[in-house]
Amino acid sequence: MTNGPIDLDIFAELKDATGDEFAAELVNTFLDEAPGMIAELKAAADASDADGYRRAAHSIKSNANTFGATALAELARKIELGGIPATGDPTDAKALEASFAKAAAALRTLNND
Amino acid sequence: MTDAPGHLLIVDDNKVNRLLLSRNVELLGHKASVAENGRVAMEMLSSQSFDLLLLDIEMPEMDGFQVLEAINADPDLRELPVLVTSSVEGLDNIVRCIELGAEDYLPKPVNKTLLSARVSSGLEKKRLRDEQRRLLERFATTEVAQDLQESGFAIGGKRANASVLFCDIRGFTTLSENLAPEATIDLLNTFYTLMFEAVTSNGGIVSLMLGDGLMALFGVPQPLNNTAQSAVAAGHEMHSMIEMLNHDRLADGEESLRIGIGIATGEVVAGYAGTDNRATYTCIGSTVNLAARLEAETQNTGSRILVDQETLDLLDGADVQKTFGKTQIKGFSDPFDIHAL
Repeated sequence: MTNGPIDLDIFAELKDATGDEFAAELVNTFLDEAPGMIAELKAAADASDADGYRRAAHSIKSNANTFGATALAELARKIELGGIPATGDPTDAKALEASFAKAAAALRTLNND
Repeated sequence: MTDAPGHLLIVDDNKVNRLLLSRNVELLGHKASVAENGRVAMEMLSSQSFDLLLLDIEMPEMDGFQVLEAINADPDLRELPVLVTSSVEGLDNIVRCIELGAEDYLPKPVNKTLLSARVSSGLEKKRLRDEQRRLLERFATTEVAQDLQESGFAIGGKRANASVLFCDIRGFTTLSENLAPEATIDLLNTFYTLMFEAVTSNGGIVSLMLGDGLMALFGVPQPLNNTAQSAVAAGHEMHSMIEMLNHDRLADGEESLRIGIGIATGEVVAGYAGTDNRATYTCIGSTVNLAARLEAETQNTGSRILVDQETLDLLDGADVQKTFGKTQIKGFSDPFDIHAL
């Protein structure tokens, strides 16, 4: 079942496997860490650091998959595979930021349920 | 879950992944430690012992491929099972992990059931490898291996106090005349397995195998608290093992084995003798000759174990069956007091 930015089946599975309390903490950790990862992605793009750029996208993809943030994961995967854009091109980073904001809002709601 | 708990090291640069994998591993009943990149992981591996590594690939400073290479190059770590847990893209990357020695690859997000199965099988492999190493060491002698590691290989000996034990099967030539060659080898293998066990479980090493007998050393290369006590304990254990073997042999209508044991204690020169290409850890000196003569003397005196005075003096409450005072021993000008235990 997909409801908005979060695949609820995947999210339920995570809670089931690790416990509700732990899953809630893990969501908070992700919400704390993700802005840093997006910042790293931007910094890597500015510095033409292709490895750093790929790694930041890879991390976001990996975590998005954990929480069932399917759209965010798919976008991050495209960025990971797409390679570094021309120096200073913020298109990918901006799209990723917007997708993360949606996923984050949905995860916050789920955490408060 | 039937696994014995293992200690796993989780290597991942992402905090969410570290927390999640730790949680999963702990829920499986194992202990988890974490490292945030390959360099930190290698530092931890050099100072602590782990049973299994859960390794991410994409990491700053030192990535998973580099960790796999470093583990391969280190003889102490080579046998550590590694499970790669990654969402790395591309089959070629997965193949590369396996080629670099990873046991298996688990895609992220890691499925709990799959993780449980892979961790169990990885820990089982580790257990079997450890077991294999222990068996190998029993026959190659850990002590000699350790001595080589610590002081390096050099032809030449050093003086030390040790107890030397000789053990021999009585009338083996007559016994083997009635046996097929295969049965003789079988019998020798059983004999050596039991005797090695008696020697190593008492802190000694078997330094020579001589047809139907052996020479064992107690106190070299590694010192022992009481070399005589250990050697005599090994001697008694050898006799009780032969008694158990005879019990089985009699039930199968086979002839009993009888052994004789001679033990002498004193200064020896122990070390590596031979050439740089082929050498053996051995021990020489009059103590060795005396032990060999005492073993031969067990036949003449009908004794189970014969020891010299120095060995007896070191024993804590020995049960002396008989003392043969002023016995003339071949190769020695002065007579000895020798004791049957």
